[in-house]
This record gives sequence, structure tokens and C-alpha cells, in this order.
Amino acid sequence: MTVWPSLVPRGQPAPRAQMLRAQTRTELTLLLRNGEQVLLTLVIPLGLLVILSTVPIINVTGRRVDFFVPGVLALAVMSAAFTGQAIGTGFERQYGVLKRLGATPLPRSVLLLAKTSAVLLVEVLQVTLICLVGLLLGWHPHGNVLGVIAFVALGTAAFSGLGLLLGGTLRGLTTLAAANLLWFVLLSVGGIVYPLSELGGAEGVLRRLPTAALSDGLRQLLQHGSFAGWDLLALALWAVAGLATASRLFRWE
Amino acid sequence: MTAAALDTALEVVDLVKRYGDRTAVDGLSLAVRAGSVTALLGPNGAGKTTTVEVCEGFRTPDAGTVRVLGGSPAEVRHRVGVMPQGGGGYPSLRAVELLTLFSRFYAHPHDPTALLSLLGLDEVARTPYRRLSGGQQQRLSLAMAVVGRPELVFLDEPTAGLDPQARRATWDLVEALRADGVSVLLTTHLMDEAEHLADDVYVVDHGRVVAHGTVPELTSSTQAFVRFTGPADLDVDDLLRSLGPDCVGKESPAGTYLVEGPEGPTLLAGVTAWCATRGVLPQGLQTRRTLEDVFLDLTGRELRT
Repeated sequence: MTVWPSLVPRGQPAPRAQMLRAQTRTELTLLLRNGEQVLLTLVIPLGLLVILSTVPIINVTGRRVDFFVPGVLALAVMSAAFTGQAIGTGFERQYGVLKRLGATPLPRSVLLLAKTSAVLLVEVLQVTLICLVGLLLGWHPHGNVLGVIAFVALGTAAFSGLGLLLGGTLRGLTTLAAANLLWFVLLSVGGIVYPLSELGGAEGVLRRLPTAALSDGLRQLLQHGSFAGWDLLALALWAVAGLATASRLFRWE
Repeated sequence: MTAAALDTALEVVDLVKRYGDRTAVDGLSLAVRAGSVTALLGPNGAGKTTTVEVCEGFRTPDAGTVRVLGGSPAEVRHRVGVMPQGGGGYPSLRAVELLTLFSRFYAHPHDPTALLSLLGLDEVARTPYRRLSGGQQQRLSLAMAVVGRPELVFLDEPTAGLDPQARRATWDLVEALRADGVSVLLTTHLMDEAEHLADDVYVVDHGRVVAHGTVPELTSSTQAFVRFTGPADLDVDDLLRSLGPDCVGKESPAGTYLVEGPEGPTLLAGVTAWCATRGVLPQGLQTRRTLEDVFLDLTGRELRT
């Protein structure tokens, strides 16, 4: 016969800061424990940076590493905020995890804040590693840090909104397929590794996408030291549209 | 705390919930007395889970009211523990990590490690959720439901698919919860579970309550009752003739005999005497209706899909 401890009721929610810490830690653990996520957010961006900067596969104007570091930074943000969030959220819905969390005192806002915090922490790791590898490859950055932070922050907001929209409406496996496909398409023709000016007529459309706005904005800033206000505005519009649509259509189960 | 003064932990009045044209819950009312265990008993598709999910705040009712611990489901989340029917864990988190995460949502949680050990999960504490057996996932889910020291616990088919030991551990915990004043609403289609655990039973079918009472109330009857098993195809008509005019009986299923009459001792003596003349030893003699008899009488004996 089991001797149970006192089960006398004493249900009280924890302070929000404690819930946020616990949930953020969990989200981060889940990201780093998932092999595919690590591949997508760290291994592929760093691998592409090294290969494209040292092997002349794609013709670019200026020094190779100066062209590719901003693009790979944009790729890293897209991987963490869009692809990672979409796939993670899609499966959490399918497994009933989000529903179950809804029966605890964890507020939805704290859950979303925890997801955002985890993405930002992963991005700090990504940006640090990409910049370090870039510097080792002879990267000469221009521009100012505040500008980079503004682009990364708005890019994160834009991609998170779209990622949550995808993961919050489709089934887990559908999300997985769609998010990976979009990741690959945008990597190829989103201005990340391949100059948009080489793509002819499609350039006009592609330039409006958040991928192009983020990589172009970062490139203008880091390669030439100029501030691309239109790119920043485009990201802001994507962020507003994506987050607003996601919050309307998001389904917790 | 004003909640201590409440004598009804949960009150559902005239609840209606539709999915498209299908009415899952059709004017259902129930109450859970504070500190008691109440069972919703019914066949699959009776509306048990929908009812519980409305009480948990996962679904909004189409009509009727639900008051949980004196408030709306959303207002009392921190005082309510929920064990849904399957699922609900991050696949790659270890059992102890998952329970610790849930414990961090509450100000005065149970110690996760101790709780795992009490539920016999200490050996799999570091096993990822996806690699736990179904029964282990169920017990972990139960732990997640009680880790925050709730006042009211919803258990949706808590012992489905459990082996007898794990089932016993779950029953023990439910009894310990009641002993400490926690109210429990559980759904089950296992008669013996309802019979063993519940102070009150609501028999639910087609989204309505078809019977309600304590187990003794539900199983008592003005008619005496004898059930036994023996060889198939005994002559029931001859048995009934020997018992007298006011007795009825049948063989259902083959080899199981059920006889009802006005007076218990005489009925039992008559049945055994008749069996003796046939050289039949009646097995598993039972003189009390079980919840299963009540349930099958109320919900019909046909199989449901």
C-alpha cells in the first residue's frame, strides 16, 4: 500500500516570471534536442557560409564573404523563426501538448513569449557563430550594430508570424512538408545565396518577400554601410500581417 | 478561502453541445459534491469526454451553464487538475522534465521526483515521453494532473489500457485524493471502476443522464435477483415452474442464468434445490445486481461502434 503525501488542495499559480523561465527553458531544450532543428538552424547556415565563401560556385559582385555573411544571417533567422516555429508548433498541436498546457495556469501570452524568447536565444547563438566564422574567413562588416538588431528583430517578428500561421493551422506532417519546402525555395530564390538581380523577371515579385527584404537589408547595411529603409518597412508590414493573421486563425488543437 | 465553504465543486445545468448536426451532449445536468468522487459512466460516444472538456474550458457550450469551483473554467485553472484521454506530452522531453515543467506553473507543487516514485515511474524518470509505454504515459499524465495540488481533478478514462498493478495505483491515488478533500470527476466505461471508486454515478447515454445515484441506490431493486453460471441450455422454463408464479428468468449469454423473484432467500433456495435435482453445481452465485446489470438494462445490450 502506497503512503501518499498530503494531497490537501493548495492550487495557486506560480509567478509569471517563473512560468516564463520554465517554459523558455523547455522550448530551448526541445529545439536543441531535435536533430533536424539543429541541422536547419546551425549546421546548414554555417556549412553554406564556409562553402560559398571559399568555393566560386555563385558569381557575386565584391568580396565573396562580404556578400554571403548577410545572406546567411537572413537564412539563420528564417530557419529559427519560421521553419523551426512552424514545425515545432504544428507537432505540438497534433500531439495535444498545446491543448494540455491550456489546462494549466500558464497563460497563452506567456507561452508565446517563451517561444519567442527561445527563438531569440537561438538567434544569439546563430549570429555569434556566423559572425565568428565570417571573421575567420576575412569578413569586413560595415554599418552599425543597432541597424543589424533592428533588421533581425523585425525579421524575427515577420517570420514568427508566418511560422505560427502555418504551424497553427495545418496538421503536423503537412506543416513539416510545407515549411521545409518553403525553406528550400526561399533559400534558393529568396535573395539569400543567389543575387536577385540574376533572376530576371521574377525579381519584382521575389523582392517583396520577407526573405529578400531581410537579406537585402542586411547586405546593404553590412556590405555597403547604407540603410535600406524600404526593406525595413517591408519586414514591418509582413510582421503586422503575419502576426495579425496568425492570431486570428491559430488553432490550439 | 471562500472556496472551502462550497459544497458543490462542479455544477453542470442543461448542457448542450453540438458538432455540426450531431448533438454530442443533449441537456445534461450533473453535480459533483465537494470532496467526493463522481463517475460519468457510459458507452463510447455517450458524450462523456465532451462534457468533461466543456468543464475543463476546452469547449464552449451551445446551451446550459457550467460552474467550476464557483467560477468559470478559465477563472479556476490553477485549482483544477486535468488528465485528458491520451497524449499531451512533448515527445522528446523526459518524464521527470515534463512533470517538473508542469510543477513550475504552480506556487506550491508536489515534488516531481517523489510523485514519479509514488506512481512507480522512478525507473523511467529519464526516459523520453515518446518511449514510455501507454500505461506509463497514462500514469505520468495523472501525475501532471495532480502536481499543482488541485482542488478538483478531471480524469478522462484514467485507467484505460493499464495493467492491474498500475490500475490499482491509480485507484489508490484517487482514494487518497478524496481522503484529503479533493473532488474528482472521472469518466469510465468500466463498471467495476465506477463501483469501486465512485460516491455518485451518472449513467450517460446519447448525451443525456439516464440514471443517477450512489452505487447502492442504482443497484438496489425491489425484486430479488440470483445469477449463476453453469452448463449451457439448462431448461429455464422448468426452473421457473419450480420456483413459482412470480419469478422471471433467462439465459443470457449461454451458460449464464439470471432469475428474479419477489423474495431473496426463497428464490436462492429454490434455484439451488432445482440445480441439485439436475446434478448441476451453480457457479459464481450472485444475489445482488451489479452496476453492469443496471448499465446494460439502461443503455441496451447491443454493441456500439
